[in-house]
Formats: sequence, structure tokens, C-alpha cells
Amino acid sequence: MRTAFIETLCEAAQLDDRIWLLTADLGYSVLETFAQRFPRRYLNVGVAEQNMAGIAAGLAHSGKLPVIYSIANFPTFRCLEQLRNDICHHQANVKIVAVGGGYAYGPQGYSHHGIEDLAILRALPGMTIVAPADPVEARFATRAICAHAGPCYLRLGKAREPVLHMSPPTFQLGRAIQVRSGRALTLISTGGMLQESLAVAERLAAEGLVPRVLSMHTVKPLDEQAVLRAAAETGGILSVEEHSVTGGLGSAIADVLALSGCRVGFFRKFGVPDRVSHEVGSQEHLLSLCGDLYRLATSAVRQSRAA
Amino acid sequence: MPSAPASRDAVEIELESLRALGRRIRLHVLRMVHAADASHVGSCFSMADLLAVLYGAALRVDPARPDWEDRDRLVVSKGHAAAAVYAALAERGFFPVEWLDTYCQNGSRLAGHISHHGVPGIEVSSGSLGHGLPIACGMALAGRCDERPYRVFALLSDGELDEGSNWESILFAPHHGLDNLTAIVDYNKIQSFGTVGEVLDLEPLADKWRAFGWSVREIDGHDYPQILASVSQLPPVAGRPTVVIAHTIKGRGVGFMENQLAWHYRSPNAEQLAAACREIEAAR
Repeated sequence: MRTAFIETLCEAAQLDDRIWLLTADLGYSVLETFAQRFPRRYLNVGVAEQNMAGIAAGLAHSGKLPVIYSIANFPTFRCLEQLRNDICHHQANVKIVAVGGGYAYGPQGYSHHGIEDLAILRALPGMTIVAPADPVEARFATRAICAHAGPCYLRLGKAREPVLHMSPPTFQLGRAIQVRSGRALTLISTGGMLQESLAVAERLAAEGLVPRVLSMHTVKPLDEQAVLRAAAETGGILSVEEHSVTGGLGSAIADVLALSGCRVGFFRKFGVPDRVSHEVGSQEHLLSLCGDLYRLATSAVRQSRAA
Repeated sequence: MPSAPASRDAVEIELESLRALGRRIRLHVLRMVHAADASHVGSCFSMADLLAVLYGAALRVDPARPDWEDRDRLVVSKGHAAAAVYAALAERGFFPVEWLDTYCQNGSRLAGHISHHGVPGIEVSSGSLGHGLPIACGMALAGRCDERPYRVFALLSDGELDEGSNWESILFAPHHGLDNLTAIVDYNKIQSFGTVGEVLDLEPLADKWRAFGWSVREIDGHDYPQILASVSQLPPVAGRPTVVIAHTIKGRGVGFMENQLAWHYRSPNAEQLAAACREIEAAR
């Protein structure tokens, strides 16, 4: 995904000389192409995320379109107040890009687990939050945030994610992509969890439980209509995210369902349990500790039908 | 041929007009803070003379065009001294002086900490410390990249220098040769809980900035000729950012407020307001 991002950013920067790329000394073997092509608009600020975010605000205030880049929680939590005060409050045209959302840096330990970013950034007024599912969505998302005036957060995986969209989807910020149609239930996933959602959907479909699958690449603003249609047209909703179950996609969907007063067959969240964890391991290992998506789906359908 | 120096009389007239502006800023601040039952008079007064010189003489700004592309930018990072900044802007003609009566009132544009929204002349909102200098670095970078003539100033408090984010910028600006950037430290030696020396000593402050690669000018921040000189002919050294360390007195201008920690917080009552105004009006 990060390759798709940097290639697309270079294309955008070729056409738009307002685009700058700032890094807090991370992005080795990723950012060099931009640095070589646009040396006057590339800046490594050193290991100093607060300064990077403030500089970006100052650049945006001067008509530039800065993209700040780092990994995991560094471009968000480390400079959260700069994001809140200097960027969002001023509606500054700054794009924040994190590589390694979720457990992409799983073996590196807790400091590198980006599992609360969606929750915390969702609370910032004016922040658009995008978590593409695969390199195809990452390209669309990069173009879309550069074209969107205002603060955006782009949460990327890392590298070598498979392409899930075999044909180009219709991509629009704030509009979910229906990747698979069905009625038994709806899996609403964000980010790279679309891959697991599609795999589980395949198993469910084989058993006659044909699910709808939505790629909710934009977590904010959420595609509320897609959620409400899923509630009305399918057996229930399961949110799927590589993120804490507190405050992320699942919570955003729960808000929509509860406030609309609509009837929904069931609603479940798949995500990272809200508890202190000392677990180390691969992305797959850490995700396996979040539970079994297939079992969660089948038990939800069973319970709903029994009720 | 060098241009003829301004006559001594002309210089004196300008200085007297700037001093009068400083007094008017202080009077506005007193009335605003009293009416709002607000605080931070001491912080406003320590930098009132700096603001008078900046808005009265040094900054290339145009109140009729607050967004003029080539204006000098002043980022006031010590957002708690908002009343003085609003007063200076009103005096400079950015908005009607009557607006000052709304300071901190319900529905006002003039928040207790500097707010940009709907307030001509304010570059950015501030209030949480340690945000202004990074933003000023970004503005300076953009100005240099676009070869614009504007200069960027960041006005910081001393207590604010406890924030690590400033030191990220203090490292950054010389590395990138941002000589269109000038930081001004309002070094009044008192922060929220005591003297700077007691809470977290900054000394040797000038040496620290110098060691990081800045051109350092140290001045008496209440001496108008010194202030004027410090923000003239910038940068003193090409390729380096400049810092003006302005030694100031918290609460300067009103005897019973000077160097008193309490006046970081207190709001003058009617009697104190009258006494303070009398003292400022009598000062020459």
C-alpha cells in the first residue's frame, strides 16, 4: 500500500506544485522517489513530530498542501494537539499519513501498534479519515485526499497487501464500496480487514449465508446510508476493523444505528479488545487473539434467528 | 550615497508615538480584563512595548488587506496574552476599537486565548504553549520557497520554552537557514507557579539559542530604541534565524502589578483599575 501511496503522491505532485512531503525521519526505501523528483518540496524534519505538524500548519497557511508522513502512532498521537489546534481548528489543508495502521508492525511491540488512531482522530472536528483496503483503494484514496480541501488522515497498511479489487471500483470519499452482494448479513470492514472479511464471506456463502460485504474506506464522514441500507436489507451487521473495539468503525456504526432508531437484526463488532496487552507477534497472530470472525458471524446469525 | 539619517526630532517623535501606543494598549488591556473578570494582565504588560513597536513600526502589514500575500507574519505563541494583541490590532486599525468591549463575552470573536476566526490580523489561534514557533517555521519555509519578501516573527513567553516542541524548532530553523524568521522571547522571568529560575531555569538562555545556531540579540524589552533596533535590519547574519531575547518585567507599567506572580491571575477591581489607569496615563 505504501508503494501505491508514494507513486500516486508523485503523480499528484507532478500536477500540483502545492504538494509537499514531510517526514519525521521515517520512510526509508519508500520516500526516496518523491525526494529525488521534488527535492524542493521534500523535507525530513528529523525525529520531531510536533514540529513537523506545526510546520505543516504553517505551510498550509501559506498556500501549500503538505503531507506529513510517519509510521504507526507517531504522526498522530505524538502531535495530537498540533493536529487538533493548529490543523483541524484552522481547517488547514494538511494530510496526515500513517504507514503500519493496526498490527502491521506487530512484532515490534506495543509502541508500534496503531490500534486507537481511528477512535482518537474521529473526535477531531473536520478531520476526514480514510483507511483503504488494498493498493487499489490506496491509489484512489491518495488522489482523493489531495483533491479534498481540509485535514485528512490516511491510514495505510504496510507492504505486499494483495489487490482485492480486480476491477477499478467507484471510489468516493464518504461512500462505501459494496464488494460483495448478499442478504444474510453485512460485513462492514475498514482498511486491510477487507481481505479477511471476503475470506469469511466465502465460507459463509458456501453454507448458504450469503453476506453483503462493504469496504468502508472512509471512517469519517461515515456512509450512514450504506449502514442503514444494510440494517434494513440484510439480517444484521458485523463491523470488522484492525483497531480497538472502542471508538473506531464499530462505534461509528453503532452511533448511526442507535440514533436512527432503525431495526437491525443484530450488530456485532470485530476488533481489538479494549484491554492492556503485552502480546508480541505477527499481524496474523495478534489478529487471531481478537477472536474468530467466522464464528462471530455464524453465532450472531444463529442467535438472531433463534430470537 | 547613504540616505540622510532621520533627524533626531523625527526619531523622538516616532518613539513618543510608539510609547503612547504602548500606553493605550495597556489601558485597553486593563479595561478588557476588568470587564471580563479575566486574567493575564502581567503577561500582557510585559510584552505591551514589544507589540507597540511591532504593530506601530516594524511589521509590514496593511489593516485594509489583512490577508495581503506579502505581509509580515506575527505568530503570537503566548496566546494567554490575547488582550494585548487584540488591543494592538484595534489600535492599528484592523478592527474597531469597540470590539475590545466584547473580550471574553458570550458570542464574542475575542476569546481569552488568541483566536483567529473572524479576527483580522490574527494569523493563527494559540493558547496551548509551544505551538507558535513550529508554525512560524512553516510560514518561513513557504516564504523562502516562493521567494516572497515577507518576514515571520514568533513571539514566545519564557515559561513556554519549557515545552519541548520549541526546541524541535530551535534545532530546525538554523539547520534550514531560515533567516526570514525572528523569534522574540518575552523574558519576564515569572511563569505560572513562580520565577523561571525556581520552576525550570532557562539560563544561560542566550547561550542556548546561540549554541543551536541562532543570531542572538538581547535587549531591554521596555526600551523603545532598543526594541526598534532589534527588529530592524533583519537578519543580522545571513543564513541564520534571529532571536531577540527581550528582558522584560511582568506587569510593567503599574507599580503594584510589577513582578507580582499574583497578577498572572488576578483581575483588577474597580479601585485597582482606576489607580492603574491613572498611573499609566501619568507615565511619560
